[in-house]
Amino acid sequence: MNVFAEAIAWLFSAERLTGNNAIPVRLLEHVWFTVVSVSIAAAIAIPIGYLIGHTGRGRGLAVSISGAARALPSFGLILLLVLLAGTARASLAAIVAFVLLAVPSILAGAYAGIEAVDRKTVDAARAIGMTEWQILWRVEVPLGLPLLIGGIRNAVLQVVATVTLAAYVGLGGLGLYIFRGIPLRRYDEMLGSAILIVALALALDALFALAQRTVVPRGVIQGFATDLRASPSGRRAVVRKLTAD
Amino acid sequence: MSWIFDNLDLIGRLTLEHVRLSVPPIVLGLIFAIPLGWFAYRFRLTRSVLLTAIGLLYTIPSLALFVILPPLLGIGFLSELNITIALTIYAVAILARSVTDALGAVDPDVRQSAIAIGYSGWRRFWGVELPLAGPIILAGLRVAAVSTVSLVTVGILVGVESLGYLFTNGLQRRIIAEVFAGVAMTVIVALLIDALLVLLGRALMPWTRADSRATPKVADPTRGAAA
Repeated sequence: MNVFAEAIAWLFSAERLTGNNAIPVRLLEHVWFTVVSVSIAAAIAIPIGYLIGHTGRGRGLAVSISGAARALPSFGLILLLVLLAGTARASLAAIVAFVLLAVPSILAGAYAGIEAVDRKTVDAARAIGMTEWQILWRVEVPLGLPLLIGGIRNAVLQVVATVTLAAYVGLGGLGLYIFRGIPLRRYDEMLGSAILIVALALALDALFALAQRTVVPRGVIQGFATDLRASPSGRRAVVRKLTAD
Repeated sequence: MSWIFDNLDLIGRLTLEHVRLSVPPIVLGLIFAIPLGWFAYRFRLTRSVLLTAIGLLYTIPSLALFVILPPLLGIGFLSELNITIALTIYAVAILARSVTDALGAVDPDVRQSAIAIGYSGWRRFWGVELPLAGPIILAGLRVAAVSTVSLVTVGILVGVESLGYLFTNGLQRRIIAEVFAGVAMTVIVALLIDALLVLLGRALMPWTRADSRATPKVADPTRGAAA
């Protein structure tokens, strides 16, 4: 366990706070890449997902796209896009790759959230005279929010993992320390930064888990609290896209 | 494109290697997930704690896991064992929840009937519950398989050769076709293994095709298990 002690020593050494490769700088870079990519992906995927969920059209296509996207090796996708775009535009190419990887989970979360709303509830809303627009915004969107946030949560984890790999093409982020450490056999540096990356992933996951709980409308908490984690539902299986990259 | 035709034997060799590295984590993942999933299903109190803990393993980025496992287990950083164990952990993380969900979806009436005609707990699990849970477990297994195939490529960063070799080598030599071949072959291997699992599922669970028959001879045993 000596290696772990050295890794912690590396992590908390005062040198980590100064210079070009200071941890706060690389950590912010990592988070910045994640936030930008997931925001762009959300701006693309949420409207499409809501359209699919509300109209019920194009669901088959969305399911097969999310399924096929799972097979895409994210590391290969980044290198391919960086090569195609040229090294000068490497960060743009990488962001495109991150967005491509984040879209399917958010799309699945958006349409599954709306689909999971009881049709009787929607019919009731229609019966009391709500317009389609009101049904979407006042009924389907609030009730589907936990699943949408679940989709964003998966996308965030996927992107955090992929940004780590992007350091291979010189994009910075926390993966930089691992790639710097491998050829030099500097295990304290590799292990220390790996621990930091895991901590970042867990912190973001916890943040979204909390958000998922808080957005459940007060009226449905009773029914939902048990459902969210324990219910056997095929739909949730669709939403739980892979994040381990 | 000419690069691809000039290097078909390299691509073929790496593809076989890729398949060889992908299969053990998928099989081991299922073997470990069945007892874990059963335990989480059977003991309600530990269910959420166990499933949450397993779910957290899944949030660990792969490169970080490849770095953390060797000192933790005392294995070589550049060893194939490192990749196999890491990918098995991910497969278990996906599958344990599927197994729990699948067992929970078995129709309670069917379970009661099995008890009534004298099935013991052990025989009931293997003869009634597990087969009926099959379709949902298979759905999870397909997700785990596809993700494993895609993650094997990351192994090249810790020296384990697979189709991922085409990514790093292609980048160094600036051959777009090489990287493209690697991405395309990874997707093809994933889809082939996925198709194989679907066929295997049909062979082992012939009743899942009952829906397509005009007059099923028996009542649909997948009732309640349909996802």
